[in-house]
Amino acid sequence: MANTIKVKSKLVGDVVQIKSLMLHPMETGSRKDPDSGKIIPKHHITQLIFTNNGAQVMVANFSTAVSKNPYFSFSYKGGKAGDTLNVSWVDNLGETGELETQLK
Amino acid sequence: MQTTRRALIKGCLALLAVATMPRALWAAAWPEKAFSANQMSAAMVGLFGTDVTTASDKIMLKVPEIAENGAVVPVTIKTSLENVESISIVVEHNPMPMVATFEILPGTLTDISCRIKMAKTSDVTAVVKTSNGLYSTAKQVKVTIGGCGG
Repeated sequence: MANTIKVKSKLVGDVVQIKSLMLHPMETGSRKDPDSGKIIPKHHITQLIFTNNGAQVMVANFSTAVSKNPYFSFSYKGGKAGDTLNVSWVDNLGETGELETQLK
Repeated sequence: MQTTRRALIKGCLALLAVATMPRALWAAAWPEKAFSANQMSAAMVGLFGTDVTTASDKIMLKVPEIAENGAVVPVTIKTSLENVESISIVVEHNPMPMVATFEILPGTLTDISCRIKMAKTSDVTAVVKTSNGLYSTAKQVKVTIGGCGG
């Protein structure tokens, strides 16, 4: 499942800058399939969690109004080279994605 | 033989605890009421318990003046307010105004960016929850359909 998340991290002192990209359709539930005319059911990431060495550094709650293939960036203090960064998401259908990487 | 069986059972229990824990945490935390509300005030009440916010110039909200494509509107929010607990993005004229909410944990810097969808021209409001109350700042984003300018 690692291929649904792309993360770039950069250490500046003890601040870690994170840029992340998830591959997800983020269907709103109000769009119609142009061929069949049927409504495409809601399918979106609900929660995105970042942890550094097991401690949560960011919890993002998403609605359907976050763009397709969500991009998200933020920074946190207290990371150092070699720390384990874990990124995981869960969507409204219970599907999940996870990526684990080491800070450099 | 006794000891190995005990170890095995312990191991199984530990595994089970680990496997079930994150799911329970996730399910508890997603504020469904706020996200399913179709009025801005109801969405605010659903998340914060109130829709009264104080306008603040300490929140920097960066959005485009004109968004050619309502499906991808970049939003950046920074704030110099102290003791921030969460940052939320609310789009008043979206079918469901609450777009996203970011929990600021100890160590997290109050500087986030993401891309959102907008149904039509609307105010985009950044709501910052601090231990002293709610602060917000808003900017209008014009959404053009067909991309021929506003």
